[in-house]
Amino acid sequence: MADMRTPLNKVRGLGSARGGTEHFWRQRLTAVSNIPLIIFFIGFVAVYAGASYEEIRAALAQPVVALLIGFAFVSVLYHMRLGMQIIIEDYVHEEGWKIFLVILNTFFPIVVGATALYSLLRIAFGG
Amino acid sequence: MVQLTLPKNSKVKQGKVWPRPEGATNLREYRVYRWSPDDTENPRVDTYYVDLDDCGPMVLDGLIWIKNKIDPTLTFRRSCREGICGSCAMNIDGANTLACTKAMDDVGGAVRIYPLPHMPVVKDLVPDLSIPYAQLSSIEPWLQTVTPEPATEWKQSHEDRAKLDGLYECILCFCCQTSCPSYWWNGERYLGPAVLLQAYRWLIDSRDEATGERLDKLEDPFRLYRCHTIMNCTQTCPKGLNPAKAIAEIKKMMVERRV
Repeated sequence: MADMRTPLNKVRGLGSARGGTEHFWRQRLTAVSNIPLIIFFIGFVAVYAGASYEEIRAALAQPVVALLIGFAFVSVLYHMRLGMQIIIEDYVHEEGWKIFLVILNTFFPIVVGATALYSLLRIAFGG
Repeated sequence: MVQLTLPKNSKVKQGKVWPRPEGATNLREYRVYRWSPDDTENPRVDTYYVDLDDCGPMVLDGLIWIKNKIDPTLTFRRSCREGICGSCAMNIDGANTLACTKAMDDVGGAVRIYPLPHMPVVKDLVPDLSIPYAQLSSIEPWLQTVTPEPATEWKQSHEDRAKLDGLYECILCFCCQTSCPSYWWNGERYLGPAVLLQAYRWLIDSRDEATGERLDKLEDPFRLYRCHTIMNCTQTCPKGLNPAKAIAEIKKMMVERRV
């Protein structure tokens, strides 16, 4: 099929979205917050590896631990959503699929995060 | 979607092995990508033998020798033969570079030559660069001012002039542009390293008064933010420039104007 559009027409496309910097900046911010939070999370898992159910439940109920693990979930999941969106935009060019995957990519971390935070709160407040 | 395999009519086949020049003892093997729009054949890789005793030392010298002495149908762009026009950019020994400044001695084994990657091929080693050229014109690479033009010249301090070093030397050969995987996947929406380096050259020019408008036009998830700091651009630039750094500087300006 002959494409009669000019190169400049293709390149100008729909114009600049006047955005993307917020996405870029938040990805860097969550990358920074991920460093201490993931170190803490790995440390926690290492220390409590092999501990009993009750011991881990008691540890997670401590306010500082619960807060830090909660922050770790939010930071990691948000970072994951931002990064995954870039990957989808890079490789998926069919408009329908792209929108579907971007929507899925938004819902997934919300569901995972809400479930994790709810569970954490139940443990912290001894539900 | 991204294509990981070539379409059937783009699969590269083994081509013709051209006879060795008679009486020559000092030979160098060339394997060159060939494709012609005039028939329905698939692309192929032809093998040639270059007589080094009758030929200059650069890869381009060998190509010109082949065209003059063996196969006049071999098609490629070249002009200045000294690394300033950017015409003979091609993929040599697996990396994009200028055939005129790449020495045959720096290539191990046969000299394998393909056109710049992921561009439509016009013929043999000639890629269709109309999209990158349109992208270059879309960033309006010229001085833009509101202040009435002075009677003499626009003045610039030595320090501000020094900021253009490492940028103005770009010869627009598009070696970096076509080495970038992100540009391969999103070539019509991502401006690419060569064009973004030019964009930065005008953003950082102290005489230009359209910096904000230029940033507005670049602020886009695809035009600018498709750069994932893969760094192929900087690694391949035959002029030793650093497009990746220029792009990082543009991103810094974007953050700076809102944080």
